[in-house]
Amino acid sequence: MIQFDTVHKRFPNGTTAVDDLSLDLPEGGVTVLVGSSGCGKTTTLRMINRMVDPTSGTIRVGGRDVLDQDAAELRRSIGYVIQQSGLFPHRTVLDNVATVPLLLGWGRRKARARAAELLDTVGLSPDAGKRYPHQLSGGQQQRVGVARALAADPPVLLMDEPFGAVDPVVRTQLQDELLRLQEELGKTIVFVTHDIDEAVRLGDRIAVFRTGGRLVQCAPPAELLARPVDDFVADFLGAERGLKLLSLTTLAGVPQGPAPDGGRWTLALDSARKPLAWHDTETNVRTPLRALRDGDSLLAALNESIAAPGGLVARVDSTGVLTGVSSRDDIHTHAGAAHAQAALTGNAPSAPTGPGPGEGAPAKDAAA
Amino acid sequence: MFELFKDLGAWLVDGDQWAGQDGIGHRLTEHLQYSLLATLVAAVIALPIGLLIGHTGRGAFVAINLASFGRALPTVGLVVLVFLASGLSMWPVYVALVALAVPAIVTNTYAGMSAVDPEVRDAARGQGMRGHQVLFQVELPLALPLVMTGLRLALIQVVATATIAAYVSFGGLGRYVFDGLAQRDLVQVLGGAVLVALVAVVLDLALSGLQRALFRHRPAKSA
Repeated sequence: MIQFDTVHKRFPNGTTAVDDLSLDLPEGGVTVLVGSSGCGKTTTLRMINRMVDPTSGTIRVGGRDVLDQDAAELRRSIGYVIQQSGLFPHRTVLDNVATVPLLLGWGRRKARARAAELLDTVGLSPDAGKRYPHQLSGGQQQRVGVARALAADPPVLLMDEPFGAVDPVVRTQLQDELLRLQEELGKTIVFVTHDIDEAVRLGDRIAVFRTGGRLVQCAPPAELLARPVDDFVADFLGAERGLKLLSLTTLAGVPQGPAPDGGRWTLALDSARKPLAWHDTETNVRTPLRALRDGDSLLAALNESIAAPGGLVARVDSTGVLTGVSSRDDIHTHAGAAHAQAALTGNAPSAPTGPGPGEGAPAKDAAA
Repeated sequence: MFELFKDLGAWLVDGDQWAGQDGIGHRLTEHLQYSLLATLVAAVIALPIGLLIGHTGRGAFVAINLASFGRALPTVGLVVLVFLASGLSMWPVYVALVALAVPAIVTNTYAGMSAVDPEVRDAARGQGMRGHQVLFQVELPLALPLVMTGLRLALIQVVATATIAAYVSFGGLGRYVFDGLAQRDLVQVLGGAVLVALVAVVLDLALSGLQRALFRHRPAKSA
């Protein structure tokens, strides 16, 4: 869908932003570009919609060289979301979302109807449409930014650190929302971030850039975490990359047994057999718990097994009813096996609910 | 002192004083005519310059230098200069008033344009707006509060200075000041001055009220 062919970008001041980039992004799926600041990830993104033109090399979107196309028309056909949302402060939210349809000459009525539809898609009330951007919270503004980018239903969506300026709780919400939207819409998304956790969470493929504009490795998250090509990538992924890998694997394969009948710790259930808390029969104290479903990650299971007083994790079905418990040892054994398998094949054994790692090929010039 | 103010009050409300060729009504109309025409011409010259500098980001030093140049320019000197060159006509007056108004409009327009958030400008281009669409749909509307401030300041300055029309024998409220001085009629001088000040203050209040009404939806920082 998007191809970079030996692309270079040198700025007039002499700095090289992108150095000999060849990369092929397949249709559908999220590719995350990561790297520390000044590594050329944003420049790479902005070359796709000609906000920046390459010094040499070719970029094709849908098979067509971007330099052969009118820049403004190209940009209207590609969704673009930036940090701080970049909304027009003098226009209502609805008119902000209607920007591209209006530029495409849809007419005001049709453009606004489409904009209203999109506010709903990104989870905003119709009321919000009448307001001005500064009257919304940062998270809501970002949703409007996403709605604006989606307005003309472009096949490609470029997102430049879109969630960088919101607080962690809202960021997680927006990430969930994006994954849900993506499942629904199946766009080709290119997403820039410096947050490796965000990359692992959202990416079907992750491209790691190093200062000086070189692509070091491009691979599905599990492969990247299990087999970083060099020390730079390993350092960038962080010391706990083994744990991050577990966030990509589900609890489904871990054996479970019946809830303990006697002993010190018993499960308190409500009338519908939904777990409420661990009950300490000696002290009569209850410890709150987080019951896990098959689709939850092994990392969450490991965390819960450490937090639970008896080392047991309560497991429930999709309706929240208890199905059994898993022990700390079982989870640990399974986690080890999952990690070993990923290191061998580059694939997590089973992805958590939500889009999992894709089938991306490694970058052509992965060797740095 | 009190006598003077009493005489001034009588002068201002005297019905005869308001009627006829030399009446306050006619002089006021003349004064406003000179001021509005000069400001309009200045706007036609200055707005494109300010917008262009702001849009392209080039030539900002021109705007800054123009402002200091404008402040340093002696208006009466300019009137005399153009008067010597062109003879007796309204030209010297208009040239001087326009020259006075242009810097205020250019600098405020440029300030408004450069205050536009670069992220917003970037987003406008990124959504596929062409240069003129970015200018007229995003930059100009966002710069408008400061553009209007520039026009307002220019108009007030011009109103206050349009008294010089009388200096080269034309009308306007300056008539009272210059005639009063010639006739050693202090009440008339004071009357003219008070009227000019009143017109300036009323225009300023009216225009800033209009600005507030127009931009009430804006976040506080840009309104």
